[in-house]
Amino acid sequence: MPIKVLIPTPLRPYAGKQSSVEVSAQTVGEALSNLVAQHPDLRKHLFSEDGKLRSFVNVYLNDEDIRYLAKDATPANESDTITIVPSVAGGV
Amino acid sequence: MALKISNALLDQLRAHGEQTYPHECCGVLVGQFDEAGGKAVESVIACGNTRTDSPKNRYHISPAELIRIQRESTLEGRDIVGFYHSHPDWPAKWSSTDLDEAHWTGCSYVITSVEKGRAALTNSFLLAGDEQSKHFEDEDIEAK
Repeated sequence: MPIKVLIPTPLRPYAGKQSSVEVSAQTVGEALSNLVAQHPDLRKHLFSEDGKLRSFVNVYLNDEDIRYLAKDATPANESDTITIVPSVAGGV
Repeated sequence: MALKISNALLDQLRAHGEQTYPHECCGVLVGQFDEAGGKAVESVIACGNTRTDSPKNRYHISPAELIRIQRESTLEGRDIVGFYHSHPDWPAKWSSTDLDEAHWTGCSYVITSVEKGRAALTNSFLLAGDEQSKHFEDEDIEAK
């Protein structure tokens, strides 16, 4: 069943300029894998060379950070929305 | 390219910097991208600074707040077009920390200097390139 993945502004050029993409998956990890399979240019922006999610990329399942759920193994279904947001920080 | 914003919204984000002085303020700019790559700000959303360990010289917006803003903006047919933060008693120019921790390429990063509690110069910088080649470019603010 399709799960909606919301794509943040800076990653849309690598996702066919779409603000959301639908993927079929049973876990968040599978959804992200299928997302980069559909849009291979996204891979290096989401994952480091060792395949881990980049530290500044936050992935939420609905309102929950997957780091505090079961990470990649977090179950997902068609009523869920996965949101990707790069972090926003800085300072002098 | 320029960042278009009303004087009222520009005043709003500058006032936020005065309210949180001597700590850094931060927030999100929501609006529209135009075909030519310019941006128009339609709302300024103040966020909390989660860097309570060093709020005078660091800011961080909770991902949960960003998620909510991104989701609501998408539903409204709008986009996150940029962010803002203040530099208390520091110039309105980006720092190496600002660049290191900036990841929203194509978006504007607005910085307001707040001197002794009063908002001073406000500048905008476009985060250009991609994660490997990212850099800030000066960006005009068209306020009216």
